[in-house]
Amino acid sequence: MCSSSGGEETLVLTSSDPKTLRQFLEAVLERCKTSGFSENDIFAIRLCYEEAVANALIHGNRRDPTKKVTVRCQFGPDWIRLRIEDEGEGFDPATVPDPTAPENLTRPSGRGLLLMRHYMEVTVHPPGNIVELLRRKSSSDLDRRH
Amino acid sequence: MSSAQKTPVLLVEEDPSGVLIGTFQLNRVVDEEVVQRLSEELAALAATGRKVILNFSKVEYLSSSVLGKLINFQRRLKEHGGELRLCCIHPSIYEIFEITRLNTLFDIYRTEEEALEMF
Repeated sequence: MCSSSGGEETLVLTSSDPKTLRQFLEAVLERCKTSGFSENDIFAIRLCYEEAVANALIHGNRRDPTKKVTVRCQFGPDWIRLRIEDEGEGFDPATVPDPTAPENLTRPSGRGLLLMRHYMEVTVHPPGNIVELLRRKSSSDLDRRH
Repeated sequence: MSSAQKTPVLLVEEDPSGVLIGTFQLNRVVDEEVVQRLSEELAALAATGRKVILNFSKVEYLSSSVLGKLINFQRRLKEHGGELRLCCIHPSIYEIFEITRLNTLFDIYRTEEEALEMF
């Protein structure tokens, strides 16, 4: 679904199928490219989308194919906002251990949120089944336009 | 079965010095099915207990789940008496290792030749 108002465009998908969710990502990234997001931005958006959707499918919906993930992608003049919602019970981000702490360094999982926070502004809405990711265009792109 | 499913994630070759070099064949190591296949290939590689280099030159994207597989692989390889080196990691991917501080856990080299020399 695609809608547009006030200069902002929104793309929405609801699915439980990883392949469909990935196809949606490719459409989002195409839109990013035509909107002037840099290669670094696109790398960051791809990585964060993949991590957030994987968390939603695996940890949120616990791989239940009857449960869906809804992705809402909103484009502003110089930003993109992704909102990923699953049908799980949610989680408290404050309880996620710091994966960079020496005692956690060899843990095989728990790095997705850290990476998302590095590349995008992350907001987790209570009860924790909605993650919002915001990325502004790299400043070098803005400089180039002026 | 799709062609992607038939393709091994790693092409493993033996260097004349006896080091096993596993080169990633895909530029994106993200899909759960691909990561699972990688996990199986790494398990077989760990069981050799050999000196191993993983060459990332083709990898442009990977998910955090791959990092977990690498951590388990290094641990199992060491348990079997082997050693691991990583090489040829693109700057954007190396940044992921830095953010997660896994650059301190793995021995990472710029080139395959440097990784070989350090064994």
